[in-house]
Amino acid sequence: MSDLAAAVPARMSRQSPTTESRFTRGVLIGVAIFFLGLFLLFPLLVVFVEALRGGIGAYFAALKEPDTVSAIRLTLLVAAIAVPANLLFGLAASWAIAKYEFRGKALLITLIDLPFSVSPVISGLIYVILFGAQGYFGAWLQSYGIQIVFAVPGIVLATIFVTFPFVARELIPLMQEQGTQDEEAAISLGAGGFQTFWRVTLPNVKWGLMYGVLLCNARAMGEFGAVSVVSGHIRGQTNTMPLHIEILYNDYQWAAAFAVASLLALLALVTLIIKTILEWRFGEELASAGRQGDIR
Amino acid sequence: MKKLITGAFLAATLAVSAQAQDTTLLNVSYDPTRELYRAFNAAFVAHWKEKTGKTIAVRQSHGGSGAQARAVIDGLDADVVTLAMQSDVDAIVKNSGKIAADWRQRLPNNSAPYTSTMIFLVRAGNPKGVKDWDDLVKPGIQVITPNPKTSGAARWNYLAAWAYAHQKFGGDEAKTREFVSALYKNVPVLDTAARGSTTTFVQRGIGDVYAAWENEALLALKELGPGKFEIIVPSLSTLAEPTVALVDGNVDKKGTREVAQAYLEFLYSPTGQKLAAKNFYRPYQIQHADPEDAKLFPKLKLITIDDPLFGGWAKAQPHHFGDGGTFDQIYKR
Repeated sequence: MSDLAAAVPARMSRQSPTTESRFTRGVLIGVAIFFLGLFLLFPLLVVFVEALRGGIGAYFAALKEPDTVSAIRLTLLVAAIAVPANLLFGLAASWAIAKYEFRGKALLITLIDLPFSVSPVISGLIYVILFGAQGYFGAWLQSYGIQIVFAVPGIVLATIFVTFPFVARELIPLMQEQGTQDEEAAISLGAGGFQTFWRVTLPNVKWGLMYGVLLCNARAMGEFGAVSVVSGHIRGQTNTMPLHIEILYNDYQWAAAFAVASLLALLALVTLIIKTILEWRFGEELASAGRQGDIR
Repeated sequence: MKKLITGAFLAATLAVSAQAQDTTLLNVSYDPTRELYRAFNAAFVAHWKEKTGKTIAVRQSHGGSGAQARAVIDGLDADVVTLAMQSDVDAIVKNSGKIAADWRQRLPNNSAPYTSTMIFLVRAGNPKGVKDWDDLVKPGIQVITPNPKTSGAARWNYLAAWAYAHQKFGGDEAKTREFVSALYKNVPVLDTAARGSTTTFVQRGIGDVYAAWENEALLALKELGPGKFEIIVPSLSTLAEPTVALVDGNVDKKGTREVAQAYLEFLYSPTGQKLAAKNFYRPYQIQHADPEDAKLFPKLKLITIDDPLFGGWAKAQPHHFGDGGTFDQIYKR
């Protein structure tokens, strides 16, 4: 095992432009692993140790508590709405950007990135200012008895906003790289617009798309700041898992807080594992995409 | 893809059906009342069932008192608010008109069913020998208190120190300022809210003395074991009157006025008063508290905000905590 590990970089280093000694490389790798362990693995471990401190029975009892169940359900609901919404938007936006030339394209790309650069607190506040009782549309909404902020719709809106770029950002470079030859070929062979999209474009980007959806999902479930502003913190009603963790922690219910945290961490871990598998698959697909295009 | 969409609809229907209950009250409260209302809500739901045969549910929302008031102004659908300070309820009156202006006259004791005060929490054995406010200005002592700009508790602390100095120096304003200024020089961290300060002092182990809500300190002793901390009662403090109010605009819209009013009145009932004492608030009528709970609240000189020294929140708030107020003046130096 160690022979193999040593042999591979040694062979590669002949072609590699970097010529650091084995010692330097070892130190660099060591430092990277040390920091990874200290700042990522150790805290992750602590979450699970703290969660299970009271025993496995207490762990599941904490997860079965009605307010916690409601928080889990709300988080899943929000993700189940926000992720498909951003999937549709991301596909549409990246399709438009990659396959067509139009005025304001650069502006559109910048706008898609906006949620990345804006603080989540602001992402939440804009919805309070728009739809809150004192907001621009507040009086109008109230006259119809529609509640947006401090209710599920507000949480969904804020989540969609912060997760807006994930799918589009993943697809745009991929689609741009692939170009329009495949589509042109399909259309010249008599395929309709939808058929071209369904049979040619979508299969070409499927791994990238899934990757974007995963990242989008992870953020949708984990978002704290923006959701905190629009949630109203009503227990058993408008608390998502991240908000509920903070509440439990401040309630001196540390074991329960860490139990819910461990569940969120597990979701993140599962996402990470799927992401790694996808990256592996997706890398091959991407590398072969050009060649496949030629063969076809 | 299809499965995902079906799943989303399924989840949506589930969430909606879960919310379809007979009557649900929403109590928007501040941070340290979590334990109190958990117990009180259960008692009220049982009481209402017994009295009317109807099943209701009470939902809670907790946060910084000022932020919670802001949320109600912005449309959080509270039936009742149970906030830290009169000024926060007044903010709702002024900015949304959802609460009638005479709210303080509608319930006994200025609409404050329980009160609290500021006391000191010190480490076991009181190693720094803290007894009263003037021990907090001594050099080398670290005092934990939140930021008066954002925290109700911090304002009560500030005013208590101010009142103590005012009394000590016979009303000499310059010396009073100097005293309060020296106290804040000993504060290493200004947290934004009381629970944050509790965490700083208790969990992170920073500071020698924590000027805390009496109810927070008693709760911390109970939750974290009595062996680690001690409570020191100063000679003088402020009487904090957390206030409750019916949100007229919301209850009339939702048709919950009757049950919401009963909810607030139940706070004044013997059961409500007893539960307040159990959760470390000083009940308005101490005779309803269990004797062992009543013992937790020693007598001390308590100054209210309506004392001529402060002249009510309308005057004290801008004078001490507004932009350029006395806090800004002493904290800059």
